[in-house]
Amino acid sequence: MGAQLRVYKRRIKSVTATKKITKAMEMIAASRIVKAQRQVTASTPYATELTRAVTAVATGSNTKHPLTTEVESPVRAAVLLITSDRGLAGGYSSNAIKAAERLTERLRSEGKEVDTYIVGRKGVAYYGFREREVAESWTGFTDSPTYADAKKVAGPLIESVQRETAEGGVDELHIVFTEFVSMLTQTPVQNRLLPLSLDASAAEEEDSAAKHEILPLFDFEPSAEDVLDALLPRYVESRIYNALLQAAASKHAATRRAMKSATDNAGDLIKSLSRLANAARQAEITQEISEIVGGASALADATAGSEK
Amino acid sequence: MAAELHVELVAADRSVWSGEATLVVARTTSGDIGVMPGHQPLLGVLESGPVTIRTSEGGTVVAAVHGGFLSFADNKLSLLAEIAELADEIDAQRAERALERAKSGEDDAAERRADVRLRAVAVR
Repeated sequence: MGAQLRVYKRRIKSVTATKKITKAMEMIAASRIVKAQRQVTASTPYATELTRAVTAVATGSNTKHPLTTEVESPVRAAVLLITSDRGLAGGYSSNAIKAAERLTERLRSEGKEVDTYIVGRKGVAYYGFREREVAESWTGFTDSPTYADAKKVAGPLIESVQRETAEGGVDELHIVFTEFVSMLTQTPVQNRLLPLSLDASAAEEEDSAAKHEILPLFDFEPSAEDVLDALLPRYVESRIYNALLQAAASKHAATRRAMKSATDNAGDLIKSLSRLANAARQAEITQEISEIVGGASALADATAGSEK
Repeated sequence: MAAELHVELVAADRSVWSGEATLVVARTTSGDIGVMPGHQPLLGVLESGPVTIRTSEGGTVVAAVHGGFLSFADNKLSLLAEIAELADEIDAQRAERALERAKSGEDDAAERRADVRLRAVAVR
């Protein structure tokens, strides 16, 4: 075998091996999307009921609560950014990071300090490399988040919202994550979780209940303040949980797409490499034939000369 | 036929039980409360503890609920909990072992969880 041909053969072999790997990763991601989506659906009843309850308390009572009242001049905001632990997902993490950067920029231009909280190793690495300050970060559960993970993330955030602004507390809480729109579309979104804007939750309510209903006058047990105190942290946790789940589903969808195009590219590469290998083999054969023919005719010429 | 109310028992990551009932007893932070059909709209904070649901077929469903809320409106009762398990799903032996382990350790939350589970199983 000629040297040229051997090089092509070797490259085809290695690309084929890579293709097998990316194909497998594509299929794994595809099966995980379904699982992640199911989790999102399973968490929806809790989220809807909770939103209903929060809306009911917040509209039905005149209670002032730090988590629902807007501060007149907010000085500090917290941004929770949800990225993934692993790469190989195309622009998934960098899109979310970019959205967070834009939000941070906007908040800064409004004169607020920004505390950044990060979920996922990719986001941590991005901020770490640029030596930016990160208030807190969590890694290790982005592929299949549980409610306990959401609680872990929500804890310090809620605490810092409840703290006085002068002591380093924050007035606003924003969350940036990748929304799972469909198998093909995942868009980074930014939401303000706190202070609760009643319009937003009412609109959500309308979406989920299909029609607007007049909320009944609730009796609170033990009291409206206590209910709100207990309800709002749960609300934040449930929203964060939902965001984590959607982000996980989006990550798997992004991985699937990235791996699919990698597989396709490997296929194209194999095709063009085998064309080249065929040409090289053909050239080799042609050369051999011309060598044999040339050799034979030279031999014939030599013997013809000696007989005379 | 007695009046009924619709019950949804929902945990953070799944829907645990839903159906018609005639009486639901749950523990709020200010004491046990029984909800029957036609109760006034109510929103309460739940303590960790067993929740007893008397179904309209005459059966009883017991669930261990670890913190959460109940809200009642329009004859529909929603019980929201971070963790909720039906008594039938609870492995009593495992809960007992967990209780032993938690008692020897410092983990109060785990001890409470195991305790609630065992109480739910005992009610059943």
